Amino acid sequence: MNYLMRRLATFPLVLLGVSILVFVAIRMVPGDSITAMLGTEAGLLTPAQRDSLAAYFGIDQPWFVQYWRWIGGILHGNLGISVTYGRPVLDVILERFPLTLELAVLSMIIALAVGMPAGIFAATHNEKLSDLGVRIVAMIGQSTPSFVLGLLIIYTLSAGFGVLPAMGEFAPLWQDPLRNLSQLILPAITLGFAFAASVTRISRSAMLDVLSDDYVRTARSKGASARSVIWRHALPNALIPVVTLSGIEFGYLLGGAVIVEQIYALPGLGRMVLDAILQRDYALVQGSVLFIAFNFMIVNLLVDLAYVALDPRIRLGES
Amino acid sequence: MIGHLTRTLLSGITLAAMLGIATVSTQAATLHMAWSQDATGLDPHKQTAFSSLRLLELIYEPLVRVDASLQIIPAIATSWEFSKDGKALTSKLDPKAKFQDGTAVTSADVKASFERILDEKTGAAARANFLSIASIDTPDPATVVFHLSQPDAPILTAMSDVNAAIVPASEIKAGSIGTKAVGSGPFKLDKWDPNAKEVLSANKDWAGGATGVDGIEISVLPDEAAILAAMRTKQIDFALLNDPLVATLVPKEASLQLNRVPVLSYHVLQLNPSRKPMTELKVRQAISCAIDRQEVLDTASLGEGKVTGPLTIPALATDPSQLFCYKRDVEKAKKLMTEAGYADGFSATVIGATGEPPTAAAEAQVIQSQLAEIGVKLDIKMMELNVYVDAWLKGDFDMAIALNGGRADPYTMYNRYWTKAGNLQKVANYIDDTLDSQMQQGRAETDPAKRKVIFAEFEKHLAEMSPWIWLYTSYSYTAQQKNIVGFVPTPTGTLFSLSKVTIQQ
Repeated sequence: MNYLMRRLATFPLVLLGVSILVFVAIRMVPGDSITAMLGTEAGLLTPAQRDSLAAYFGIDQPWFVQYWRWIGGILHGNLGISVTYGRPVLDVILERFPLTLELAVLSMIIALAVGMPAGIFAATHNEKLSDLGVRIVAMIGQSTPSFVLGLLIIYTLSAGFGVLPAMGEFAPLWQDPLRNLSQLILPAITLGFAFAASVTRISRSAMLDVLSDDYVRTARSKGASARSVIWRHALPNALIPVVTLSGIEFGYLLGGAVIVEQIYALPGLGRMVLDAILQRDYALVQGSVLFIAFNFMIVNLLVDLAYVALDPRIRLGES
Repeated sequence: MIGHLTRTLLSGITLAAMLGIATVSTQAATLHMAWSQDATGLDPHKQTAFSSLRLLELIYEPLVRVDASLQIIPAIATSWEFSKDGKALTSKLDPKAKFQDGTAVTSADVKASFERILDEKTGAAARANFLSIASIDTPDPATVVFHLSQPDAPILTAMSDVNAAIVPASEIKAGSIGTKAVGSGPFKLDKWDPNAKEVLSANKDWAGGATGVDGIEISVLPDEAAILAAMRTKQIDFALLNDPLVATLVPKEASLQLNRVPVLSYHVLQLNPSRKPMTELKVRQAISCAIDRQEVLDTASLGEGKVTGPLTIPALATDPSQLFCYKRDVEKAKKLMTEAGYADGFSATVIGATGEPPTAAAEAQVIQSQLAEIGVKLDIKMMELNVYVDAWLKGDFDMAIALNGGRADPYTMYNRYWTKAGNLQKVANYIDDTLDSQMQQGRAETDPAKRKVIFAEFEKHLAEMSPWIWLYTSYSYTAQQKNIVGFVPTPTGTLFSLSKVTIQQ
């Protein structure tokens, strides 16, 4: 509990650091909201026109005034207004987040459901032909970029079978679960494929480590069945690196899977942030990055707590 | 009891079938469209992005339009006339023209719209095209008189742009332009989810008559290969394509049709004549002679386009093979380099925007290899679009690969670069008295034949001075299912004719 409170107390500090970083970074990139809107036509503006547009986009004040105004708003629960959407940043983020969360969860389910059994299977058939097969597939999975796999799936389905899940308008889970799943399953497979490959490799190596430990040998010598040795004795300890990997991957996925969202035209957080950067929608970029950082910290915290649940010997926060 | 149940069931099934039929026919009248880049805003006076213009010209109307052959045709104005001295333009408005809120379009709305464009506080990019407007009179609700400070023949073409759209005076007063889209065009905007979707419905009050479809749903599918896949599975009826690599795949699909039309925009290698050694005319000319424009077109754009000189307007363009060094001549290029004192060549950097256009990197690579033959070592620097625009506007480059927009009138197209007062002189970094005076003559002249002669000389002189190396014009691509009838592609890229397309069952 003490540990939890201490970790939560660091959140505001980390978020403050993130807020400064993102605020400065996005402004250091050449170009601004005016050139993003007008492109090269921005060169036709007179200085007075430019000043007027700068005031409209809220970029007419010095940086520290803009930052102070933004932070002041956050303290009142206001992340600012997106100039692209014309709505509060938080509303836009919360509208996009469920899709990203759902996609992350689905990909993780696919990755764990495929990767863990494959890893355990490979570990228990170490150096056999089947182990080699699993390792080769895992290597292919890890080295295939998601845009290649995504486009391959789309092309094969559309050109070969004339089918494709509806693209363009996304159906939320609570409105049309069937349509929602049909739209998300292919992106989840695309994302989950590489994720599953990582899980396979890490669970295989963790399992191999644990299987050579003394306590496993002891369990075997006491007559425990092979199934019991793997599932009861070895697996819980082998899970720790898998949980670490899954936590980090899941945290990344909550920030949006930009490429997969682009290919499958999913209106998720990743695509939104990318568009916001390209359109120099400063408030939206800043708000989204803070939101993503917050999610990442929560996931990290949950991963740390999961260690304790998996291995009672671990005591968080104690030297 | 059973009989009653059967009857109820049967009537239920009949009703459901009827509803089903009704649903099918309603859905069939909606055109499902896709593009990879979405509109960036709804204020017709401020938006310049290609997709924004394409969306807004379905909602808003300017005073006049240009047709597929770039001739001025009526929109809100049914007629227009210049005074004898060319300093007054009188327009008569269509009495049937109505905004989508039901109010009539009057001369007061026209006056308010142009005053908004001219007001510096608006930040309208098209303001530069209307600076000759000294005052606007509205003698009656259907008549507008623009008083000009000097004769300005191209102003009518500039008025055909959706950046000069007529918006309701009441909405200007309310400050809601850009947040509410109220135009007098063929479609109303029902929903806009930025970077995801637009839903348009037919404007039953449109003065242009009934539209061919009940509505248009536009989906933003960022990957053009995915757009093609969605068209294969018939989810999408009509799509805008940018990438020639994807466009050339469309004709391979039996159910799809590719529409392509040469556009006014042009691919160009911009030299920076304020930087050494491009300050030297002979160096610029050597670069022009060393570049094989057809090879750039064939390699970077699969031959999808046409080599062009500075003028891309079909009625005014001259045969590019007659222009300076349009036939590659490496020996002449080397001789010019030697005469300029650069026999050993020089090093320079060329900038380009990643994906804008999709052929930019390939163009830079072909030019890099061609210029290497005369000793010019090019370093290619590809940038994100906004970063590129920032450097481009500051004139902070040695050379730049660009796709610059075209206009239906050469003065409107080039006065920003090739006049002494041009807003983008700092980007062009080259001007001489001949260019400036040719542009001023072209602006004042109203006789089309005389204008053609003036601009032919302008084009010849520009190619000889070689501040830029014009490469080619490409095509505007739209792909459609074969049952979509009535779309007319035009060199401006407008999608306005979607107002009359029908979906054949």
